[in-house]
Amino acid sequence: MDFQFDIFLASLPSLLRGAATTASLAIVSIVIGAAIGLIGGICRVSRRAVLRYPVILYVTVMRGVPLLVTLMFLYYGLPSAGILLEPVTVAIIALAAVNGAYVTEIVRGGIQSIDPGQMRAARSLGMSYSLAMQRIILPQASRRVLPPITNESLTLLKNTALVSTITLSDLLRSGLEVMTWKANTFSPFAGVALIYLLMTLPLVWLNSFLEKRYRLR
Amino acid sequence: MSEPRMKDVSSPVPALVIRRLWKSYGQNDVLKGVSLQVEPQEVVTIIGPSGSGKSTLLQCINFMEPFDDGEVIVNGKHIGYLPNTGSTRVRMPEKQLNLLRRDIGIVFQQYNLFPHLTVLGNVIEAPIHVRGLSREEAIARGRQQLDKVGLLVKQNAYPSELSGGQQQRVAIARALAMSPQLMLFDEVTSALDPELVGEVLATMRTLAQEGMTMIVVTHEMAFARDVSDRVIFMDDGNIVESGRPDVFFSNPTHDRSKAFLRRLNGRHEPSISSALTTSA
Ligand SMILES: Nc1ncnc2c1ncn2[C@@H]1O[C@H](COP(=O)(O)OP(=O)(O)OP(=O)(O)O)[C@@H](O)[C@H]1O
Ligand SMILES: [Mg+2]
Repeated sequence: MDFQFDIFLASLPSLLRGAATTASLAIVSIVIGAAIGLIGGICRVSRRAVLRYPVILYVTVMRGVPLLVTLMFLYYGLPSAGILLEPVTVAIIALAAVNGAYVTEIVRGGIQSIDPGQMRAARSLGMSYSLAMQRIILPQASRRVLPPITNESLTLLKNTALVSTITLSDLLRSGLEVMTWKANTFSPFAGVALIYLLMTLPLVWLNSFLEKRYRLR
Repeated sequence: MSEPRMKDVSSPVPALVIRRLWKSYGQNDVLKGVSLQVEPQEVVTIIGPSGSGKSTLLQCINFMEPFDDGEVIVNGKHIGYLPNTGSTRVRMPEKQLNLLRRDIGIVFQQYNLFPHLTVLGNVIEAPIHVRGLSREEAIARGRQQLDKVGLLVKQNAYPSELSGGQQQRVAIARALAMSPQLMLFDEVTSALDPELVGEVLATMRTLAQEGMTMIVVTHEMAFARDVSDRVIFMDDGNIVESGRPDVFFSNPTHDRSKAFLRRLNGRHEPSISSALTTSA
């Protein structure tokens, strides 16, 4: 074991800069992914095939293709088709798209878990489908989907480590750089792991808070 | 025993006209040419064995279930399909359907209250967002309806905090808050513990006495006998017999109604046997 506290300390500023990149990537992708997921989930339960089928295709593709492959395809593959994207752009597209697919499935499940009697009661009162969705179904579904969405966000946060493969100086890559620079593997990696862990803690807490809160009613 | 109520003789438009209604689920013909007319302020109960199509009939009246043939006219207005469109039937636009549904209240066996809203929230939701009432106006009317069903004290409770009977009365108040012209009840007491049935029936009885037009699918024979103006017996997708409750219960004419009543009687349920032994 070659843990050296001074190397660990010296690597921290660089690691924290990487962590900032990781955190912003995660936050932006979580927000965009949630928006995609909400819209996707609503389309997924629609009776209209034009809304439903494209979403099914999207979800199937994003769930079936490894994130690493998506990243590499966008970063190394697209330029050969004449499309050049910044690494940050590629990272956000890939992360948000994959997160959006998972959130879509969560939202679909949440909507479908609501007793059909709720929709029937709402429509019988004269509500339109979209009003009933907005006022009756989604508010109830949101309680059920928030904990799994938090969980999915946690997964996404950790998956951001894959963007180090497309030259982004995220937390992992910063660790790797320090490692080469100081010729010490253990200390920077301890820092990397610790910082990932610390960043996931708020999500872990949020998750258990939401689960507790929504169990009550 | 039913109170003689003032019939609205001035209104020539029936509250509901159903003509030759056909409905099937796949190969299963559920309604086979049902025709029925209900006058304003009339209370009609529908009884019949399980699977005879009673719920389906109610669901066709507000077009929550589209029917295959025939027509449904509520307060003079066709619902579901545009009238006079020749041989091909044209489904009416959703918007138009939503407007028609505002005037038809329905209460289900499973109360289907909105669990994320308070009791008052349940009652004012549609008046505000469907009728377009101001919040103040909706609250004032909603409180009135809750008072009527005896649950004003529970206005800030959530449905999960209420008994089944209370939830069902809120469901009735929620429907009434839309000021419907026709109320449909689908076995609203069937899911309730026996001791809670009375309070819900009492609410419906009051409503009937106030002159609400009601179609009530029920297994409560005492209610059918005492409260309704007309009893309809359905079997296998048809209206088999229809008549005044005293006549129907004491002297059913059709074999199938006789058999149905005999079966009920044989079960020795107090409400049913008393309905049939106490003279009307
Ligand atoms: N959504 C549906 N899909 C397929 N078949 C249905 C559906 N709803 C009802 N049915 C069938 O239609 C027939 C009539 O059902 P309906 O619920 O109208 O009967 P009911 O008279 O209300 O019976 P109950 O007294 O048990 O409530 C039954 O054979 C039932 O299986
Ligand atoms: Mg039924």
